[in-house]
Amino acid sequence: MNMSPLELSLPRRRFLRTSATWLALSAATPWTWSAGLQLGDGLPDLKSLQLEGTLPDLSGKVVHLDFWASWCVPCRQSFPVLEALHKSYGSKGYVLIGVSMDERRPDMDRFLKKNPVSFATVRDAQEKLASKVRPPGMPTSYFFGADGRLDSVHPKYEGETTRKKYVEIIERLLKSVQA
Amino acid sequence: MALTAFLVIMGLGTGCTTVEPWQRRTLSDASMRGDRDPAGLLLAEHMWFSREAAAGGRGVGGGGCGCN
Repeated sequence: MNMSPLELSLPRRRFLRTSATWLALSAATPWTWSAGLQLGDGLPDLKSLQLEGTLPDLSGKVVHLDFWASWCVPCRQSFPVLEALHKSYGSKGYVLIGVSMDERRPDMDRFLKKNPVSFATVRDAQEKLASKVRPPGMPTSYFFGADGRLDSVHPKYEGETTRKKYVEIIERLLKSVQA
Repeated sequence: MALTAFLVIMGLGTGCTTVEPWQRRTLSDASMRGDRDPAGLLLAEHMWFSREAAAGGRGVGGGGCGCN
Protein backbone atom coordinates (compact mmCIF):
# COMPACT_ATOMS: atom_id res chain seq x y z
CA MET A 1 0.00 0.00 0.00
CA ASN A 2 1.40 3.37 -0.95
CA MET A 3 1.32 6.16 1.63
CA SER A 4 1.52 9.83 0.79
CA PRO A 5 4.53 11.66 2.31
CA LEU A 6 2.25 13.32 4.89
CA GLU A 7 0.80 10.06 6.16
CA LEU A 8 2.47 8.34 9.10
CA SER A 9 2.63 4.68 9.90
CA LEU A 10 0.64 3.46 12.91
CA PRO A 11 3.64 2.97 15.23
CA ARG A 12 4.92 6.46 14.42
CA ARG A 13 1.51 7.95 15.05
CA ARG A 14 1.32 6.14 18.38
CA PHE A 15 4.80 7.32 19.29
CA LEU A 16 3.97 10.92 18.44
CA ARG A 17 0.70 10.75 20.32
CA THR A 18 2.40 9.31 23.42
CA SER A 19 5.15 11.94 23.28
CA ALA A 20 2.62 14.74 22.84
CA THR A 21 0.63 13.46 25.83
CA TRP A 22 3.75 13.35 27.98
CA LEU A 23 4.75 16.87 26.94
CA ALA A 24 1.25 18.16 27.66
CA LEU A 25 1.29 16.54 31.10
CA SER A 26 4.71 18.05 31.82
CA ALA A 27 3.51 21.50 30.80
CA ALA A 28 0.45 21.14 33.01
CA THR A 29 2.55 20.28 36.07
CA PRO A 30 2.73 23.32 38.36
CA TRP A 31 6.17 24.88 38.19
CA THR A 32 7.09 25.34 41.83
CA TRP A 33 10.52 26.93 41.45
CA SER A 34 10.68 30.55 42.48
CA ALA A 35 13.50 33.06 42.52
CA GLY A 36 13.02 33.65 46.23
CA LEU A 37 12.76 36.84 48.18
CA GLN A 38 14.17 39.95 46.51
CA LEU A 39 15.26 43.22 48.12
CA GLY A 40 12.21 45.39 48.72
CA ASP A 41 9.87 42.40 49.01
CA GLY A 42 7.60 42.22 52.03
CA LEU A 43 8.14 39.98 55.04
CA PRO A 44 6.19 36.76 54.38
CA ASP A 45 3.18 36.16 56.60
CA LEU A 46 4.95 33.85 59.04
CA LYS A 47 1.76 32.89 60.85
CA SER A 48 0.34 31.29 57.72
CA LEU A 49 3.40 29.11 57.10
CA GLN A 50 2.80 26.58 59.88
CA LEU A 51 6.15 27.10 61.56
CA GLU A 52 6.77 25.05 64.69
CA GLY A 53 7.35 27.33 67.65
CA THR A 54 6.13 30.64 69.00
CA LEU A 55 6.52 33.77 66.95
CA PRO A 56 7.21 37.06 68.72
CA ASP A 57 5.34 40.28 67.94
CA LEU A 58 6.83 41.73 64.77
CA SER A 59 4.72 44.84 64.23
CA GLY A 60 6.84 47.94 63.67
CA LYS A 61 10.05 46.06 64.47
CA VAL A 62 13.27 45.50 62.59
CA VAL A 63 13.11 41.79 61.84
CA HIS A 64 16.09 39.53 61.38
CA LEU A 65 15.35 36.05 60.03
CA ASP A 66 18.28 33.69 60.34
CA PHE A 67 18.06 30.34 58.55
CA TRP A 68 20.14 27.72 60.28
CA ALA A 69 20.43 23.98 60.77
CA SER A 70 22.01 21.85 63.47
CA TRP A 71 24.30 20.13 60.94
CA CYS A 72 25.72 23.44 59.71
CA VAL A 73 29.02 24.28 61.40
CA PRO A 74 29.02 28.03 60.59
CA CYS A 75 25.49 28.24 62.00
CA ARG A 76 26.76 26.85 65.30
CA GLN A 77 29.59 29.41 65.26
CA SER A 78 27.13 32.23 64.59
CA PHE A 79 24.87 31.46 67.56
CA PRO A 80 26.85 33.30 70.28
CA VAL A 81 26.93 36.37 68.01
CA LEU A 82 23.21 36.16 67.33
CA GLU A 83 22.53 35.82 71.02
CA ALA A 84 24.66 38.90 71.75
CA LEU A 85 22.80 40.88 69.06
CA HIS A 86 19.48 39.86 70.55
CA LYS A 87 20.61 40.95 74.01
CA SER A 88 22.00 44.28 72.77
CA TYR A 89 19.19 45.34 70.46
CA GLY A 90 16.19 43.26 71.57
CA SER A 91 14.83 46.06 73.72
CA LYS A 92 15.37 48.68 70.99
CA GLY A 93 12.92 47.42 68.37
CA TYR A 94 14.93 44.54 66.92
CA VAL A 95 13.53 41.02 66.70
CA LEU A 96 15.62 38.02 65.80
CA ILE A 97 14.00 34.75 64.73
CA GLY A 98 16.14 31.70 64.15
CA VAL A 99 14.50 29.49 61.54
CA SER A 100 15.69 25.93 61.91
CA MET A 101 15.72 23.88 58.72
CA ASP A 102 16.32 20.60 60.53
CA GLU A 103 14.35 17.75 59.03
CA ARG A 104 14.04 16.11 62.43
CA ARG A 105 12.81 17.89 65.51
CA PRO A 106 15.15 16.04 67.92
CA ASP A 107 18.18 17.33 65.97
CA MET A 108 17.06 20.90 66.58
CA ASP A 109 16.20 20.25 70.22
CA ARG A 110 19.57 18.62 70.87
CA PHE A 111 21.36 21.55 69.24
CA LEU A 112 19.42 24.11 71.25
CA LYS A 113 20.11 22.22 74.44
CA LYS A 114 23.84 22.43 73.74
CA ASN A 115 23.62 26.00 72.45
CA PRO A 116 20.88 27.66 74.47
CA VAL A 117 19.64 31.02 73.18
CA SER A 118 17.04 33.49 74.37
CA PHE A 119 15.85 34.66 70.95
CA ALA A 120 12.87 33.04 69.24
CA THR A 121 13.56 29.85 67.33
CA VAL A 122 11.05 28.16 65.06
CA ARG A 123 11.30 25.14 62.78
CA ASP A 124 10.22 25.27 59.17
CA ALA A 125 9.24 21.62 59.19
CA GLN A 126 7.26 21.82 55.97
CA GLU A 127 9.86 24.00 54.21
CA LYS A 128 7.14 26.47 53.29
CA LEU A 129 9.09 29.52 54.41
CA ALA A 130 12.34 28.31 52.85
CA SER A 131 10.58 27.61 49.55
CA LYS A 132 9.28 31.16 49.56
CA VAL A 133 12.49 32.85 50.67
CA ARG A 134 14.98 30.42 49.07
CA PRO A 135 18.08 31.03 51.19
CA PRO A 136 21.16 30.37 49.03
CA GLY A 137 23.02 28.53 51.80
CA MET A 138 23.18 27.85 55.49
CA PRO A 139 23.23 30.14 57.35
CA THR A 140 21.60 33.10 55.61
CA SER A 141 20.28 36.20 57.34
CA TYR A 142 17.46 38.38 56.06
CA PHE A 143 16.96 41.84 57.52
CA PHE A 144 13.59 43.57 57.20
CA GLY A 145 13.03 47.22 58.07
CA ALA A 146 10.22 48.37 60.33
CA ASP A 147 8.15 48.89 57.17
CA GLY A 148 8.33 45.12 56.61
CA ARG A 149 10.43 45.41 53.44
CA LEU A 150 13.52 43.28 52.86
CA ASP A 151 16.54 45.55 53.28
CA SER A 152 19.54 43.22 53.25
CA VAL A 153 20.46 39.60 52.72
CA HIS A 154 23.60 38.19 54.24
CA PRO A 155 24.58 34.65 53.29
CA LYS A 156 27.36 32.75 55.10
CA TYR A 157 28.90 33.42 58.47
CA GLU A 158 32.47 34.66 58.50
CA GLY A 159 33.10 35.51 62.13
CA GLU A 160 33.91 39.09 63.03
CA THR A 161 33.35 40.39 59.48
CA THR A 162 29.80 39.10 59.55
CA ARG A 163 29.18 40.36 63.09
CA LYS A 164 30.27 43.87 62.09
CA LYS A 165 28.06 43.74 59.01
CA TYR A 166 25.07 42.62 61.10
CA VAL A 167 25.64 45.42 63.62
CA GLU A 168 25.91 47.98 60.83
CA ILE A 169 22.65 46.81 59.21
CA ILE A 170 20.74 46.61 62.50
CA GLU A 171 21.88 50.03 63.69
CA ARG A 172 21.00 51.63 60.36
CA LEU A 173 17.54 50.03 60.34
CA LEU A 174 16.90 50.97 63.98
CA LYS A 175 17.91 54.58 63.25
CA SER A 176 15.30 54.77 60.51
CA VAL A 177 12.71 53.51 63.02
CA GLN A 178 13.63 56.14 65.58
CA ALA A 179 13.84 58.95 63.00
CA MET B 1 9.04 0.86 20.57
CA ALA B 2 6.90 3.84 21.52
CA LEU B 3 6.37 2.44 24.99
CA THR B 4 10.11 1.90 25.46
CA ALA B 5 10.87 5.43 24.30
CA PHE B 6 8.15 6.76 26.56
CA LEU B 7 9.51 4.92 29.59
CA VAL B 8 13.07 6.05 28.85
CA ILE B 9 11.96 9.67 28.51
CA MET B 10 9.89 9.43 31.68
CA GLY B 11 12.83 7.86 33.51
CA LEU B 12 15.19 10.61 32.40
CA GLY B 13 12.68 13.28 33.28
CA THR B 14 12.08 12.04 36.77
CA GLY B 15 15.62 11.02 37.67
CA CYS B 16 16.84 14.54 38.34
CA THR B 17 16.19 16.50 41.46
CA THR B 18 17.64 19.57 43.08
CA VAL B 19 18.98 19.32 46.59
CA GLU B 20 18.20 22.65 48.16
CA PRO B 21 20.80 24.28 50.43
CA TRP B 22 18.64 23.56 53.47
CA GLN B 23 18.36 19.87 52.59
CA ARG B 24 22.06 19.07 52.73
CA ARG B 25 22.24 17.42 56.11
CA THR B 26 23.41 14.12 54.68
CA LEU B 27 25.82 15.77 52.26
CA SER B 28 27.38 17.77 55.08
CA ASP B 29 28.02 14.65 57.13
CA ALA B 30 31.65 13.95 57.98
CA SER B 31 31.39 10.58 56.22
CA MET B 32 30.93 12.43 52.92
CA ARG B 33 34.38 14.01 53.14
CA GLY B 34 36.96 12.62 50.75
CA ASP B 35 39.77 13.27 53.23
CA ARG B 36 38.08 11.85 56.32
CA ASP B 37 40.55 8.95 56.46
CA PRO B 38 44.14 10.26 56.07
CA ALA B 39 45.67 6.76 56.10
CA GLY B 40 43.23 5.52 53.47
CA LEU B 41 43.94 8.58 51.37
CA LEU B 42 47.70 7.96 51.56
CA LEU B 43 47.15 4.34 50.51
CA ALA B 44 44.98 5.40 47.59
CA GLU B 45 47.60 7.97 46.57
CA HIS B 46 50.28 5.28 46.74
CA MET B 47 48.28 2.93 44.53
CA TRP B 48 47.55 5.77 42.16
CA PHE B 49 51.16 6.76 41.53
CA SER B 50 52.33 3.13 41.46
CA ARG B 51 49.83 2.32 38.74
CA GLU B 52 49.91 5.54 36.81
CA ALA B 53 53.59 6.40 37.39
CA ALA B 54 52.47 9.83 38.42
CA ALA B 55 52.33 11.43 41.83
CA GLY B 56 49.41 13.65 42.66
CA GLY B 57 46.89 14.46 40.01
CA ARG B 58 43.94 13.12 41.95
CA GLY B 59 42.71 16.56 42.83
CA VAL B 60 41.62 19.45 40.68
CA GLY B 61 43.38 22.78 40.81
CA GLY B 62 41.42 25.93 41.41
CA GLY B 63 37.86 26.36 42.43
CA GLY B 64 36.17 25.61 39.14
CA CYS B 65 36.43 29.18 37.91
CA GLY B 66 38.79 28.22 35.09
CA CYS B 67 41.33 30.80 36.25
CA ASN B 68 43.95 28.37 37.48
